[in-house]
Formats: sequence, C-alpha cells, structure tokens
Amino acid sequence: MTRLFPYPILSAALFAAWLALARTLEPAHLALAAALATGIPLVARRLFEPPHAIRSPAAAVRLTVVVLYDVIVANLIVARLVLGPMDRLRPAFVTVPLDATHPYAVSLLAAIITTTPGTVSVDVRLAERAILVHALDCADPAGLAAAIKSRYERPLMEIFG
Amino acid sequence: MIVEAAVSFFLVVGSFFLLVGAVGLARLPDFLMRLHAPTKASTLGIGGLLLASLVWFATHGLPGVKELLVTLFMFLTAPVSANLLGKAALHLRLKSRAPLPPPAPGADPDA
Repeated sequence: MTRLFPYPILSAALFAAWLALARTLEPAHLALAAALATGIPLVARRLFEPPHAIRSPAAAVRLTVVVLYDVIVANLIVARLVLGPMDRLRPAFVTVPLDATHPYAVSLLAAIITTTPGTVSVDVRLAERAILVHALDCADPAGLAAAIKSRYERPLMEIFG
Repeated sequence: MIVEAAVSFFLVVGSFFLLVGAVGLARLPDFLMRLHAPTKASTLGIGGLLLASLVWFATHGLPGVKELLVTLFMFLTAPVSANLLGKAALHLRLKSRAPLPPPAPGADPDA
C-alpha cells in the first residue's frame, strides 16, 4: 500500500482536485482521477523530500491567517508605492540568514516572502544558509530581515519541528 | 440585490489591483523592481475576481470548488516563477537600482 501510495494525502488531494475541476462523478472521470492520483506521486516522488509530519497544526493555522492578512496589506503597500513617485523608492537586496533547516520550511519561507509586503525571494542559498531577498522599498535591511525571521520563520520552525 | 452588490464590489476591487499591477509593470524602473508588481498586486486582483465568481456561482447553484483550486494553484506557482525570474536576473547581472550582491561563493557560474 505504501509502495503504491507513497504520499496518501497528495494522492487524495489529486483525486479530489481532478473531480472538482471536471465537476462530475462519472465513472470515466473517477477512473482517470484514480489513475492520476496513483501515477503522479510515483513519477514525481524523486523530486520530493521524504514526507514530514506537521508538528503543530495550531501554529500552521496561525501562520496561514498571518500570511493572508499580510498579503492584503502587501497589496495596499505595493499599490501606493507603484502609483507614487518612482524616485522615492529605495530598492535593496537583503540577506536573510536561516535558522530553519528542514527543506519544506525553507521553501515555504521563500514562497511566503514572495507573496508578502514588498519583498521577493530571489535566491535560496542553501550552502550559505540564507535567502537573498529583493525589497521594493526598504530603509532598514536589518529590521526587515529580523521581521521576516520572527514573523514567518519562527512559526515555520514550530510547524516542522 | 445583495449578491449583485457583493459581486460588483469584488469585481471593482479585483480590477483595481490588476490595473495597479499593470501600471507597476509599466512604470517601475528596473527588472527586479518590476517583478514586485505582478507578484503582489495581481494576487489580490485575481483574488477579488475569484471571490466575485465564488459568490455568483454559489448563489446560482454551482458551489465554487474551482475558484479554491485556482487560488491554490496561484499561490503554488507565483512564488516559484518569481524566484526563477529573479535568479535569472541576478545571474545575468541585469541593471538594478539596488546594488547587486556578489554571486554566491563557490556557485557554479553556469548554474
């Protein structure tokens, strides 16, 4: 069973996603969904890290809420910056040193940085244990790095242990 | 009536942020700064349109599972493509207003 479904949750999600996209429960689509749910994880498993349990579901929920809130704030901030004068922007590269080691935590952190306030992760430097971030308007690089670490990295480390 | 008001509200908000994304793409002075406009403004822009679609179809007998999937796919793909574009910009040493950081030590120059 584990050999056929190395990632049971991923398989279930693929199965449900296909049926939701097709918006039907016809037998043909059920069969296709089952084939995709078995096939895709088997093909893609070499790209994945081993499955990892979520240590703290409460922290995961909290982080999701924080990120959704920040996405909305990020949009308002970027809208103001984009519509304002261009020469007032202070773009900067900021290196955020990493304490998190788990690959899931690091890649999630990079994704969260990109979706939130005025920052895009440009380069994940695993060898240096740092993420290189480009900020659209940043007067205080050290403060930005500290904010990213306390707001996103700490909860991620809690989640992945 | 209330449904139509909610749908219109989300459509207007969504369109506004999509417009902001487009304006940013046109106005921002260098590549890495332009990268911010589509990754941010468009997220809420498309989010607004999806909410409008969700409300409309939910009240017309088609619960919006698809909208949730689109949201999920967007959050999965946008950061990855932005990261690849940024990496490429860094590698090509594109003109940038922010002083470019030195390449990662020991990095393969062709990586």
